[in-house]
Amino acid sequence: MLTNRSQTVAKKEMTLVERLYLPAILHGMKITVSHFFKKKVTINYPEERREFAKVYRGQHVLKRDDKGAERCTACGLCAVACPAEAITMVASERKKGEENLYREEKYASVYEINMLRCIFCGLCEDACPKEAIFLTDRIVPSTFDRGSNIYGKDILVETMEKRIDISPRQTKEVLDFKTHKEYAHNKL
Amino acid sequence: MLSFVIYKLILVIVVFSVSLVVAMYSTYAERKVAAFLQDRLGPNRAGPYGLLQPVADGLKMFMKEEIIPDVSNKWLFILGPCIAMLTALMTGVVIPWGGVLSIKGHSFPMQITDINIGILYLLGVVSMGVYGIMIGGWASNNKYALLGAIRASSQMISYELAMGFAIIALVMHTGTLSVREISEMQTGWHWNIIYQPLGFLIFIICAFAETNRAPFDLPECESELVGGYHTEYSSMKLGFYLFAEYINMFISSAVISTLYFGGYHIPFGAHFIHNANVLAILGSVFLFAKIFFFIFVFMWVRWTLPRFRYDQLMNLGWKILIPLSLINIAITGTIMYLTGRIH
Repeated sequence: MLTNRSQTVAKKEMTLVERLYLPAILHGMKITVSHFFKKKVTINYPEERREFAKVYRGQHVLKRDDKGAERCTACGLCAVACPAEAITMVASERKKGEENLYREEKYASVYEINMLRCIFCGLCEDACPKEAIFLTDRIVPSTFDRGSNIYGKDILVETMEKRIDISPRQTKEVLDFKTHKEYAHNKL
Repeated sequence: MLSFVIYKLILVIVVFSVSLVVAMYSTYAERKVAAFLQDRLGPNRAGPYGLLQPVADGLKMFMKEEIIPDVSNKWLFILGPCIAMLTALMTGVVIPWGGVLSIKGHSFPMQITDINIGILYLLGVVSMGVYGIMIGGWASNNKYALLGAIRASSQMISYELAMGFAIIALVMHTGTLSVREISEMQTGWHWNIIYQPLGFLIFIICAFAETNRAPFDLPECESELVGGYHTEYSSMKLGFYLFAEYINMFISSAVISTLYFGGYHIPFGAHFIHNANVLAILGSVFLFAKIFFFIFVFMWVRWTLPRFRYDQLMNLGWKILIPLSLINIAITGTIMYLTGRIH
């Protein structure tokens, strides 16, 4: 009565037709048989794959620039942004002669993402000022043990032979945001 | 004499293997139909369209470890599935699978034996089927199995009565207990369902109950009794129980088609075909088409209706179907009296 949403329930006797039960059965059978001819929702997995959204957030990639140097400077913003606390890193100083390996003077000598903790929210990607980390449309494969789910640089950093395309995630909004002059230094 | 024995032997083997093959592919069909009714694809990995799935399932059943519980009565535990299978296969004997083939002046009716009390035999064997379930459930020495067995026996006893009454009305109409004569009478469109619609309805409901199919699958309801009477069974003994259910379904469909839907008669265009053998074989094809349709109906109903509650089951059996079938007998008698077929 307080909410004024109470309804009076009518518990009326069933009519003879309703009590016969057969019309209801036939109606139900009509419904099920109509599904017999409907399009099936099954995706035959290995042969067919479900189409992903363009902005699907899957396994991370640590990008290199066009010369092959790692973009990550181990600033730690991604680790701070991560709500699941899945990212850890160890920063190191670039030595002489390593300019082709690392883009700036500081780099991550260890960079680990615990894929069991990661919730694939993409906040690391938002936080990154160097456009170094991106989520991709790759699925993190399942494993038999927990240890191998902690991905190090060997898995995360892209190779120059097989660069990971992250352009589908660069929607217009993202690109507009990145043209801001604060980020001008990130130009390739 | 010898040729007679050989002919009967061939017929027995053919009916036996056809029953088994149909039952085998009924399992496949069941899964496919279930899948299609639920917007899925069903088994499609073993062979083209998953056609080898029953073979894989059978192989799996044979390879599984066989467990006989220590506390069970071993003899009865083994006897249970044997009886279930045996009674399931025995019913096919009196069903006329087709017309008469004549080869070199000899006539070979496509029916293993035409007992003049064929329907009585059918009812007798079907009621024996419950022993397989009861003995198996009892011998398992398991609460779930026992409950399943008790449910099965009370359910079968309740529904056999109504089924028998429905058949009495049919027998009053046809005037014979021989299954072949009953199907002979239904030439063209003179199907018995036209004369016995209520009887057919009662019969098909009872057939669902007798084969323990949904919505009457209380003896084996997974959700409350684990597996019912076959909870303790494993390997091919379980396979036998499941298989017996599908054979029962096949035979029930055959009986329904024979008693109420014209059996092996071709409803139209039969007079265009003059070769008797072709006609007989075509008749068998028609019979099997009807059978397959009813097997589909069995599955269709299973994947549409939820299971009855136990008291609903008993109410339906004793308070609705039996009075209805008695009324059906009375109506049949009255109409026969009024039309002057009995005095």
